[in-house]
Formats: sequence, C-alpha cells, structure tokens
Amino acid sequence: MQIKESAEVYDVIIVGSGAGGGMATKQLADAGLNIAIVEAGPFFDPADPVTQTQLKWAYESPRRFAGTDRAFGGHDMSWGDWEVEGEPYTHEEGTEFKWWRSRMLGGRTNHWGRISLRFGPKDFKGKTRDGHGDDWPISYDDVKPYYDKLDKLVGVFGTNEGRENDPDGFFLPPPKPRLHELFYIDGAKKSGIPVIPGRLSMLTKKINEDRGVCFYCGQCGRSCSVYADFSAGSCLIFPAQKSGGKVKIFVNSMVREVTTNAEGKATGVSYISKDDRKEYKLKAKVVVLAASACSTARILLNSKSKQHPNGLGNSSNVVGKYLHDSTGASASGLVPGLMNRKTSYNEDGVGGMHVYSPWWGDNSKLNFPRGYHIEVWGGMGQPTYGFGYDTNGLNKYLGLKPGGYGDSLRDDVKKYYGAVVGFGGRGEGLARKENYCEIDPTTVDQFGIPVLKFNYHWSDYERAQAKHMHETFEEIIHNMGGIPLSEKPGKDQDYGLHKPGEIIHEVGTTRMGDDPKTSVTNKFNQLHDVDNVFIVDAGVFVSQADKNCTWTIMALSWRASDYIIEQLKAQNI
Amino acid sequence: MDRRKSIQTLILGAGAATSGIALSSCKNESETAVDEAISSGTEKFFGRTPAELKRIEKLNAEQLFNEHEMETIAALSVVILPPKEPHGGPIEAGVPELVEFMGKDIPSMGPTLLGGLMWLDHKSNTDYGVEFKSATLEQKKEICDQICWHDTEKPLDKQPLEIQFFYMMRGLTVTGYYTSKVGIADLGYKGNSPNVWDGVPQDVLDQHGVAYDPEWIAKCIDQSTRGTIATWDDEGNLLT
Repeated sequence: MQIKESAEVYDVIIVGSGAGGGMATKQLADAGLNIAIVEAGPFFDPADPVTQTQLKWAYESPRRFAGTDRAFGGHDMSWGDWEVEGEPYTHEEGTEFKWWRSRMLGGRTNHWGRISLRFGPKDFKGKTRDGHGDDWPISYDDVKPYYDKLDKLVGVFGTNEGRENDPDGFFLPPPKPRLHELFYIDGAKKSGIPVIPGRLSMLTKKINEDRGVCFYCGQCGRSCSVYADFSAGSCLIFPAQKSGGKVKIFVNSMVREVTTNAEGKATGVSYISKDDRKEYKLKAKVVVLAASACSTARILLNSKSKQHPNGLGNSSNVVGKYLHDSTGASASGLVPGLMNRKTSYNEDGVGGMHVYSPWWGDNSKLNFPRGYHIEVWGGMGQPTYGFGYDTNGLNKYLGLKPGGYGDSLRDDVKKYYGAVVGFGGRGEGLARKENYCEIDPTTVDQFGIPVLKFNYHWSDYERAQAKHMHETFEEIIHNMGGIPLSEKPGKDQDYGLHKPGEIIHEVGTTRMGDDPKTSVTNKFNQLHDVDNVFIVDAGVFVSQADKNCTWTIMALSWRASDYIIEQLKAQNI
Repeated sequence: MDRRKSIQTLILGAGAATSGIALSSCKNESETAVDEAISSGTEKFFGRTPAELKRIEKLNAEQLFNEHEMETIAALSVVILPPKEPHGGPIEAGVPELVEFMGKDIPSMGPTLLGGLMWLDHKSNTDYGVEFKSATLEQKKEICDQICWHDTEKPLDKQPLEIQFFYMMRGLTVTGYYTSKVGIADLGYKGNSPNVWDGVPQDVLDQHGVAYDPEWIAKCIDQSTRGTIATWDDEGNLLT
C-alpha cells in the first residue's frame, strides 16, 4: 500500500489538541500561521447537545451513571479512560502505572478538575532547594509573564494571598464556601494548616463576549456547554478558528511517527486514519508535539531513521525517562455536625472545591522532601449510581447496627446526606531516571504502532508523604468533630499512596535542560537534536510541584509558541 | 450558519489530505448514519458515543431474569423500601429494570441475584408452602429478617449467599430509588439546574453553628457583577 501524501505544506503541524496543543494552536494561528492539528479522537464540542451529559439526570441512563462505560461515571466527559479499546500498554513485571487517555478534541481538558495552580519560584529549582532531582533551565520569572497572560485569556478564580511559593495572579473572585467547607476551614485552622479560596479555571465572572458565566451546576467534569469552564477546544481552538485563523483539524488520526529528511530535519508526520485504517502523510515546516507526556515519548521513540537510529530527539537516551506522577492519598470522615441537613437550597456550586490548603510544611522537620496540597469534597451532591447503596453503613460509626430494611432506610438516607467529607492529598513525587516508559517491541496497537511499556516504582519519600497525608486527614477529621471512615493504611499498603499514574499528572518524559546529553529539549521546548520539532505537553517538565500541571503546560506552550514565531520570522527554522 | 456548524465544516476526515476536499465539504454517508444513530440514541441515552450506544442496545436485547423472577424482584424491592406518598416507591423508580440492567452490565452481579432469587422461593416454599412473591407481607418480612443483617466485621463475600444477595438488592433498591425522579423529590435535592450560588442560607448556618468570616466573604464574587467583563490593574487587583 502506498502511503498517501498531502501536497500542502503547513507552517506547523500540532499533534494533540489538549492543553498544550490547544494553546499552541491559539498562539500560532493568531500569528497568521497555517496550522494542521492531528487528533487521535473524534471531534468534540461541549456545546453539542448530541454528546452533552451536562444537566442530565441519572435516571436518563439505564445504569444510572454507573461507571461501567466511563471509569469516572457515565456522565464523565472523557472518551477513553484507563483503557482504550485496541490501544493497550504494558508493564515491566512487578511494576505498576495507570495511564488515562482521552481520545477526543480537547483531550483530557474536557473533564479535568480545572485546578489551576501556578508553580512557584521554588518549584523550578528543586535541586537548589533540597538537593533532589534537577533544577529547571528556567525560573519562575521566565514563566510569570505567561502565567499572567494565561490568567486573563482563560480565566481562573482565586485570591491574591502573597504566599511565597503559591504566586498571586489575575484572579476572578471565588465563590463563597459551602457548608462542609466552613467545617473544613475551622478544622484545618485548629491544626495550623492554611486554607484559602480554591483556584480553578471557571468563570465566576465574564471575561469576554464568547464565553458564558458559571451557572453553578457543579459538573465541570462533564464539560460546560456555555464554555464557562476551560477546555482546550472551546476556549482555545474554536476561538482561533473564529478569529479567522487557518486551522485544519484532522480527527480520528493516530500519529505513527515524525518523518524526517536526509539532513535529519522533520518534514511532517505520518498518521493512521481510524476511519479507513490507511496511512497518510502531512508535511510542515515545524512539528509541535502535544500528544501528552507519554504519547509524545512514544511517537519520538517510534520515529527511528538512519539519522535518528535511537528515535527522534533521543541522542541523549533520555526520552521516556524521568516519568513521574503526583503523589496522592485519600480519606473521608463522617461529621455528625453535618447530619440531618435541610435540603432547602442548591449547593452544587462550581465543579470542584471552593477552598483548599496549599502546602504549609517545614521539610527540615519532615522525613520527605517537597509537599502536597489538600483538596476537599463533600456536600449535598446529585445522586448517581451508588448513592445510598450502603444505606446505613455509616451506622457503625455511631454505635448503631447497619442493615435492616423498611421505612427507616428513607430516614437513614436523609440523616447522612451531605455528612461525609473527603480529602485528597496531591503532592510532588521526585523525578527519577529509573522510572520510565519505553517501546514494548512485542506489542502493537490495532493500528500496528508499537506501544509503551511502563516501569515505575515509588520510593520511600513518596510513601512517607502519603503517611503524612493520612495523619493530617485524621487530625482534621477529628478537629471537625468527625470520625474517619477507615483506619490509616499501614506500611503493607504503602500508607495509602495511590498507584503511579492514578493522579493523571504524569510529566517529565522529554525533560528540558541546557545540556543535550541529559535532556531532550532546550529551555524553549525545542528538541536539542532537531531544531524544527517542539514539545509543548508536560513531557518537558523537569519536576512536578505540589501543584496540578495544566496551568504550567499552557504557560510553557505559549512561551514556546512565541519562540517558534520568532524563529520562523528570523528564518532560523 | 451558526458558530458550531461553521467549526464542524472545518473538520477534515481522513481522505482530505490527498483529495483536497473543500473546507465546506459535506459529511459522507457513513458519518451521517453514525450521527443519526447518536441523535436517535441521545433522546434515550444522554450523549452516548456510538460504541456505548451499541453496548446498551446489546444489553437491552439480552434477558437475564424471566417474568417470575422480575415479579419476585419487584415484590422484594417494595418490602425493602415500602412506597410512601407522595413520592412512590421502587416500582415508580424503575428499580426492577435497573436490577435487570445492572445484572447484565456488571456480569459478576448476575449469579448472586439469580441464586438469591432461587433461595427466596426455596425458603418461602419450605416455610410457608408458597413462592416468595405470593407470600403475605408478614411472611416476606420473616424471611427478610433472617438475611438483612450482615456481619460488619467480615468481608461480605465470606458471608452466606443469601446475605450477599439481600445486601445487593437493598443497595440496588435504595440507589435505584434515590437516583429516580420520585426519589430525588423525596430526598429534596435542589441541584442539577442553573442557578447563582451565593453562599449557605443563614438559617442553615445557624442550624449547624457556623458563620462566614466577613474578611473571607469580602474576597468572594459579588454576584451582581458577574455579567461585567473583568479588568485588572497591573498588580492583579480586580477593577470591575
């Protein structure tokens, strides 16, 4: 079969349409460049009533939104989850890694938690801070102007608190705390843990004429039909098209490799169309990879040629290495003070926490480096599959007998509605060369493309962090007058540390640096080995922070886009 | 042409790279058929993808319980959660249909449900000489009383099948009821509808003995300004 080649040469091909690809699209198209986006999944627009799950009721689903077809519940707006049919990944024996993929325009930005935290000055200088890992080749001051512009372009609520490592920004005003969040504020403060308003990219206030304002359904995970939350499609790609940008989107197109010429420069990409299962080629002056940290590493490693025998951009042998996810641990408690609630009002709020705790610890007194923040959940949410399933299982915490049947079940459901509060710790795991993904030479996906094999171990530092999280949660629950719903997990359970990958903050596989021997890209996200290939997803992260990665992905993508425009103008690439 | 349509016309399918299809090209027939399948499904199934829709339809075409078993499920569900005016009970909530669907959707649930239903009839026939569904309410309750308490110190799957069965049926009945239209009315849940959140009502704050910190509230959104476009000074102070 002959590979079908396009005659048109684009200025830029962007592989992937999530946070990084969306931002590059917006910036490069606004600069007048001719763009082709290549996306592995179908088209998706949150405003399309045909695919919309926002404002649907559980009873519209025959399984009442049980998570059988979508891992986070039938309402979740992610097409694809820990598994994507026909696209496996494998593991080195005895290791674990969970990999979430959303196959759709906008990628995982359609369902994410919208927690939008800037990295702070310390987060870019890990080695200087405590000797672990490496420093980034850039500092907070390099990224700050882009965070500032990002806040204004995309919109994020929060407050300026003047905290050293949780920088201020250009915030929309936050929503008022919910009832359980008031209990949390009191409980955390008793232990000296700071609580501040959440920082989430949802519009509590208008930022332009194109996007709606939040109407507080609490369903950002379903992707907002009026574009009041951030998704890469609705807030970056569609606006780029609307303002006249030259943006063509190739959907259902699974990139196999970056193609190169005799000089080793990139000429474009080849992709498999999921519609006809044939291979196509697109040509461009510049290739921007934004397929997600692991997918981008996979594409590079699969792009082998005479000039790049070890895979594209991999002369350092670092592609796929330093893979790291956030640490995570979760707990919940029954708070009697929140029992027997009035249901007289709607407290859905935004789709996430109205308050949270940024990292407060003093590592010189702790047995682990770096920190974590605490996310809090609870309240009188929408009943979906599983609601009331263990009707009065909470009885045992009050010395009552769980079980039985009859009218009392109705009373029990109402008694406990909104009385459970949950906590998620999200922290920084260390970047280690020994944790990596590589090509599994024995396995291909249904398109014949070799797949990734993961090799990941947590260290005792991450376990110690999880232990600290659980001790903190227990203390806060007690401070709230509550009862923990489970005992603190012990050493045999890694102290409750979630499996690698489960927090869906995987980064680091194509890290940036000044030394081409120990890094994949330079400080402008440009491959050391090939000057017309850029990476604008979380692969370039030298280290995670105790922050979620999306805001930094977008700031760096914007910064890299400015550099691409500059280099094209100067005819350097 | 509305905005969404204008965007969709920019989406190019596989062949476009070589065939030079114009930007405004129409969808091909197979795409149209898929679209129609999704649209007809969406009335019933809340925005499913074609693959998800196919699976739901496949499950709907299968039958797990026979008519007698469905009647037994219905009879048990109303003992577990008796109907109550004005918000009905498990039958109005579609609980038997949910039990049927979940038994197929999560195949590991099927044997527990089927086995438990057989146990109910066996027990009822042995004790009262009548199938469970035809037993009197008192007889049904006597049977349920023997299986409705599980040992909370022991994993459920280490307990007798009839105990596991009752636990599962109670779970499905309560979750089925409270995720239904009538159950949500009974619960009093007020959400899943557009509104403007402006904090917890004072009577609720009073009931639970908490109060808003005025300093905190001063930073929160003044909902009368939500429609005004945000602008800031250079320091990040909101001006509007």
